[in-house]
Amino acid sequence: MAASVRLLVRRVTRLSHGHVTVCPSGPSGPSGRCCWAPSSCRCFSDDRNTHFGFETVPEAEKAKRVYKVFENVAQNYDVMNDAMSLGIHRLWKDTLLHVMNPQPGARLLDVAGGTGDIAFRFLEYIRSQRERQRRHVARSMQALSWKDISDVYAAREGGEDGPRESRAVVCDINKEMLKVGKQKADSMDMSAGLSWVVGDAEELPFDDEQFDIYTVAFGIRNVTHIDQALQEALRVLKPGGRFMCLEFSKVRDPVLARLYDTYSFKIIPVLGEVIAGDWKSYQYLVESIRRFPDQEEFKRMIEDTGFYCVRYHNLTGGVVALHSGYKL
Amino acid sequence: MWQRVARPFQRLSRRHCDLISEAVCVRQLCSSSSEFTDGSYDGLYPGHIPTTPTQKALLAVGSGVAALQDPYRHDMVAVLGETTGHMALVNLRDRMRNDPEGYTILTERPRIRLSTLDLSKMASLPDGSFGREYLRFLEDNHVTPDSRADVKFVDNEELAYVMQRYREVHDLLHTLLGMPTNMLGEVAVKWFEAAQTGLPMCALGALLGPLRLNTSRLQTLFTSLGPWALQNGWQARCVLSIFYERRWEQSVEELRQELNIDPPPVIPSASKKRST
Repeated sequence: MAASVRLLVRRVTRLSHGHVTVCPSGPSGPSGRCCWAPSSCRCFSDDRNTHFGFETVPEAEKAKRVYKVFENVAQNYDVMNDAMSLGIHRLWKDTLLHVMNPQPGARLLDVAGGTGDIAFRFLEYIRSQRERQRRHVARSMQALSWKDISDVYAAREGGEDGPRESRAVVCDINKEMLKVGKQKADSMDMSAGLSWVVGDAEELPFDDEQFDIYTVAFGIRNVTHIDQALQEALRVLKPGGRFMCLEFSKVRDPVLARLYDTYSFKIIPVLGEVIAGDWKSYQYLVESIRRFPDQEEFKRMIEDTGFYCVRYHNLTGGVVALHSGYKL
Repeated sequence: MWQRVARPFQRLSRRHCDLISEAVCVRQLCSSSSEFTDGSYDGLYPGHIPTTPTQKALLAVGSGVAALQDPYRHDMVAVLGETTGHMALVNLRDRMRNDPEGYTILTERPRIRLSTLDLSKMASLPDGSFGREYLRFLEDNHVTPDSRADVKFVDNEELAYVMQRYREVHDLLHTLLGMPTNMLGEVAVKWFEAAQTGLPMCALGALLGPLRLNTSRLQTLFTSLGPWALQNGWQARCVLSIFYERRWEQSVEELRQELNIDPPPVIPSASKKRST
């Protein structure tokens, strides 16, 4: 309590004395902090600040720092996901696909898709749907007469348009993450139907109304202006398109919340240090989860953007929330 | 009436919010990530990450496993050293304090870095002088004094410096003992360091290092090099108490005599494959 009062008093005196200080450029410290450091720190008084985990940084800095974090963790990203979530992240992503229930021909845009987990699952799902459809068609054709069967073959060969191919576009601002994803795709031999695009979620390099489904899994909390990312999502979706977001959220149950907090702040950075050699990046990741709006607030943000029928499902007691909305 | 009932609840919830925002404010005030700033930092020294004893235990176990699986993960070896070395560091610090030159080091806090070394001056020193031999060692083995990781998990600023000094002196020890950076040379230096410092990480490295040696080298280790390293580790003066930066002109032989270190019985040939 006393500390925050002291902060307030200092802020008031700084404003009243017209104390203008400028931060050293380049890899500089958070401006919100250096105003209280002695001597050589100066802050532009009209700099907009945002949060970077529990730190306060200028908005221009945040994107750079987030880029650095993901550049550092890209090689170990999948291993760390398995270690931190004990493999449960795979269930979360599978749930996303089941709720999505894409049909063959759908076009997916996976933003902040990095190592491609969602895109790979999407293509697998479509493939198995297609197999199911073919089997269904084959079964229904068992009792046809010869004439009907030859008609079907003729129609197929007649140059009738085959079912539209499903495409998945993985878009990420970070080249290292995309590189890892591409390597995975090549090793799993799943490159067909996949595109890898470098792009910023706040300014997507796609035309309007291109995609049937827009997904963002565990990426939107790293975006500096979430509302802009949501606007872009609305723009690139076709009418009738679906927005789906998988993100860490607030746990309601106090016992689980306590356990979750202890695990996040005490264990995860240790795992980050031992497996990836990077404590600070994983500390940022768990702090950024706490800074993200909770389920209801995020739902409101999605509705404000212009999506309809916005709903959310809590997974694992609220550790992860799956938000979904439609563009009409 | 309801307002009167609701007021204490409002006050409670406001206080709860204040506590949370205060925690965030305090964290904002003193947080940092060391790769971006030098001016202010979380903890007692730049790069310090405060950890609870449980976290230290987890780090020790995790880094031990990781280092065993992949000995090239120097960061894991470093973490293992930091999390298990408290008692040995206290001991080392006390030995340094009791030695006049060591005490000077603790007050002046010199760092061995490429930026602080005058390489051209050292290259102009005569052969056999400590500075010249050290430079030769760096060039032959393609190492640089800047490759040592910073200390992160030691919760005392002075002990963190002792740990950092130990890391930076390691290369100088190679020169003093005349050991190359191949596996056998490294194990010999580890045996010396284990006897000298008592750091658990050195002891572990000394025990497990030989597992990766072939039979002939094992023989050399156990018959001549090993006993020599242990003996000298015990009898030598505390190697951290020497202000090496002021002794570049001194000859290696003289320095060895002063430190009470015998010359090596056999110098393991530096193999083409450099292992550290």
